[in-house]
Amino acid sequence: MSQETGTARVKRGMAEMLKGGVIMDVVNAEQAKIAEDAGAVAVMALERVPADIRAQGGVARMSDPDMIEKIQATVSIPVMAKVRIGHFVEAQILESLGVDYIDESEVLTPADYINHVDKWNFKIPFVCGATNLGEALRRINEGAAMIRSKGEAGTGDVSNAMSHMRSIGGDIRRLTSMREDELYVAAKEMQAPYALVKEVAETGKLPVVLFTAGGIATPADAALMMQMGADGVFIGSGIFKSGNPAHRAAACVKATTFYNDAKVLADVSRGLGDAMVGINVADIPVPHRLAERGW
Amino acid sequence: MKIGVLALQGDFREHLHAIALCGEEGIEVRRASELDTCDAFILPGGESTAIALLARNYDLIEPIRARIESGMPTYGSCAGMILLADRLVDGAPGQQTFGGIDMTVRRNAFGRQVDSFESTLSFNSHSLHAVFIRAPWVEDVGSSVEVISTVTTSDGKSHPVAVRQSHLLATSFHPELTQDQAVHRYFIDEVCKSR
Repeated sequence: MSQETGTARVKRGMAEMLKGGVIMDVVNAEQAKIAEDAGAVAVMALERVPADIRAQGGVARMSDPDMIEKIQATVSIPVMAKVRIGHFVEAQILESLGVDYIDESEVLTPADYINHVDKWNFKIPFVCGATNLGEALRRINEGAAMIRSKGEAGTGDVSNAMSHMRSIGGDIRRLTSMREDELYVAAKEMQAPYALVKEVAETGKLPVVLFTAGGIATPADAALMMQMGADGVFIGSGIFKSGNPAHRAAACVKATTFYNDAKVLADVSRGLGDAMVGINVADIPVPHRLAERGW
Repeated sequence: MKIGVLALQGDFREHLHAIALCGEEGIEVRRASELDTCDAFILPGGESTAIALLARNYDLIEPIRARIESGMPTYGSCAGMILLADRLVDGAPGQQTFGGIDMTVRRNAFGRQVDSFESTLSFNSHSLHAVFIRAPWVEDVGSSVEVISTVTTSDGKSHPVAVRQSHLLATSFHPELTQDQAVHRYFIDEVCKSR
């Protein structure tokens, strides 16, 4: 009996299993344990959360394999890790470590300002960020098995996550209302492959799972993104930069499941302590906005 | 017949889609009151730790256990198989299950995501294309459990990946991710209606 690994179906299917869940950024094994105990469906192992990358500056790179392996040894849920945009050798290294998902992430300093990683070359699935439908479809064309709207990482300001989700959703709705002969120009205008544009127009959704990231800091933020049509949420700095991470993590998990129930949302929003302080995206000079990275 | 799908986390929408294609009514279950209205139940794929934790937080564990014990036909895929197991190997510390099937299940038995695979196997004398994602397998079963499908690993060992014990069905793989409704039809026609 032949067994085929690394197929598009098992890569995309892995993301299906994460739906309705919260994926949390963690910088060490202790945080990974807190995340797992709070009900996270996966953890993202990285050396500095986006808020610290933003504060400290410098070049942000793939994490130390020792740190990733410690986290893998500590939790039984999937472990994801980030590579710089276009850095296919960092991706080869993470594949050899057996991480469950690679995030080709604008949060790290890009390694290539023209090309992204050719993700079809890997057995490990990739998640990539997108600010609009054209960008999402370009990433899927390169082999991404999961998309997350970018938002603006490390801010605790949910406004960009909102605008990216509205943009992706709005573009999808526009495609579904077009005549077939208009899809060619739509593909040209959004700089996306025609075949994927046609598929989205027919199905009314992305061919892969769509999560939201970037600026989610409260249970209400998580529920807002779910009501906007996200399949699940990434929470980066929002948990471990807050006053009571374990409590806030569990609250965000519940809010993501019961996103339509205001009573539950009120309950889990009580007594969470301090949220991350955050920065307004409008106060960040455009060249320092991470969402601009990706092409 | 109304089939509930536990909708705390995971690919519950795909199960609801498969149920609809089989011509039955499916509903999302997040509360005990919703469970009460169901004739049969499906535990979807997802992260078994997260699903169990949410079920505990929302006081669903005892109601689900009670319905399973009282004979409600229940099917679990992947994480759902883990949740139907009486015994676990390699679970998270303190991980709870609903139980019901007299079997030991090994969590993430086939390995990490890099080892996730597709394969063709025999299911109830039907050839089935099956998708395994960080999948568990069944380590051992009690005498009342029927093994429906097995997978042979590279070491030549055979592992049960689909099992049935009276009104309970579990698979390591995800029929809801394929276009073939054979497993859902078997659940509806053989497991539910034989009762």
